[in-house]
Amino acid sequence: MKQTRFNASHRKLGAKMIEFCGWDMPVEYKGIIDEHIACRTAAGLFDVSHMGEIHVTGRDALAFVQHISPNDAARLSPGMVQYTALMTAKGTYVDDMLVYCIHPEFYLLVVNAANTDKDYAYIVAQKGAFQIGLDNPSDRTSQLALQGRKAIPILQPMTDVVLAPMKSFTCAFGKVLGKECLVSRTGYTGEDGFEIYTLDHEPGPIWDAIIESGKPHGLQPVGLGARDTLRLEARLPLYGNDIDDTTTPLEADFKWIVKFKKSEFLGRDVLVRQNEQGISRKLVGFELVDRGIARPHYPVYLGGVQAGQIASGTFSPLFKKSIGLVYLPIGQTAVGTEFEIGIRDKRVRAKVVPTPFYKRDY
Amino acid sequence: MYPNNYHYTKDHEWVAVSGDTATVGITDYAQNHLGDVVYIELPAVGKHLDVHQTIGSIESVKAVSEVFSPVSGEVVEANADLNNSPEAVNQDPHGKGWIIRLKMKNKGDLQALMSAADYEKYLEGLEA
Repeated sequence: MKQTRFNASHRKLGAKMIEFCGWDMPVEYKGIIDEHIACRTAAGLFDVSHMGEIHVTGRDALAFVQHISPNDAARLSPGMVQYTALMTAKGTYVDDMLVYCIHPEFYLLVVNAANTDKDYAYIVAQKGAFQIGLDNPSDRTSQLALQGRKAIPILQPMTDVVLAPMKSFTCAFGKVLGKECLVSRTGYTGEDGFEIYTLDHEPGPIWDAIIESGKPHGLQPVGLGARDTLRLEARLPLYGNDIDDTTTPLEADFKWIVKFKKSEFLGRDVLVRQNEQGISRKLVGFELVDRGIARPHYPVYLGGVQAGQIASGTFSPLFKKSIGLVYLPIGQTAVGTEFEIGIRDKRVRAKVVPTPFYKRDY
Repeated sequence: MYPNNYHYTKDHEWVAVSGDTATVGITDYAQNHLGDVVYIELPAVGKHLDVHQTIGSIESVKAVSEVFSPVSGEVVEANADLNNSPEAVNQDPHGKGWIIRLKMKNKGDLQALMSAADYEKYLEGLEA
């Protein structure tokens, strides 16, 4: 099993560890609810070093990114970050990802841990005549996410990157605790915050220092358990649950990442057609009306007839109720639409609600 | 940690017996593995349960697991306090976090269960 460079720190903090995508990762420290609320009200620190980092370099770097992504990377100048998809030729997801423009001949793609090897092989296979270099330094790259309204006061004293003026979805190189890092104002929680990437061989002190100086601010280390509940409240999709190689960005309600007016990209024809004809199903948010907790793969019933299954579902620690995402036929996606979910031997009522479930107010 | 006068199952339930009434809950080990408990599906009073029949389910944020009846009998009370404070299962699993009370049908069912000492030994084997 692979270990991140913060493994010893997690164990010292008493984390429950699990195997996740071949990595030995913390699933929780004090408890999912405590960690979730700490991140919503103060700050949370996540080890997300299992995420994948793929480098695209060279003369055709931009043209190549434009080929594999439906969003328009030409709009990025150095220091800008963009959310997009890695597309199949069918207009479906190989993965979702962030594209960092480091400079015009260097783009960093940040992809899901579960998909890193698949994505890299796929990207290599798309190379064709593009004049590019590709590299996959995922295992050497450490990544921390510091999320929450207290992120700046906690991080600023230990970095020369000036954080407050940074816009959302921008990045900057600088030192954190004297170590070379890439810092971006991004995250997967619905909070303000930063993600910190480094190739340093000993990044451990950064974790330890943030934990220590974050304590008086109410910071807690956060495991994969609360990472999932936080991202779902903010309606951020999870590959494998909400999006996969059978779903398109239009169906997942991410039309804004598809820029039809830019040049050719993989799957464009399919998406143009789908956009003209209209989608037949859409990913929507729901909450349970009855008691219980809806979880992924539970069957969904419309008018008594099975109509798919739950994509994401969990207990929301913030709202204290069962929330989730589900693909419903397009005629049944209006807010307020009721449907049923099979939970073991019962059918419980659920209704479509607006998303995101949580939107930060600062 | 594990009360000496309770009986334990390999599935991590405990039973406390008083006369022919059995109180059933899940052990500290079980609650620790589940994490934050947020919902408990309780059975109806009057329901008859056989040994190892499902009592109900316990949902933590992360997962759902079933609770099995260690003994046979009729449900005489379900812990309604858990509807509003399911976290009692985490905070006091061997006390306020009890789940149901049964009128036992066959006290002989207890013979198949473990003592506290045996259960602790069993846990050591799981941790190894």
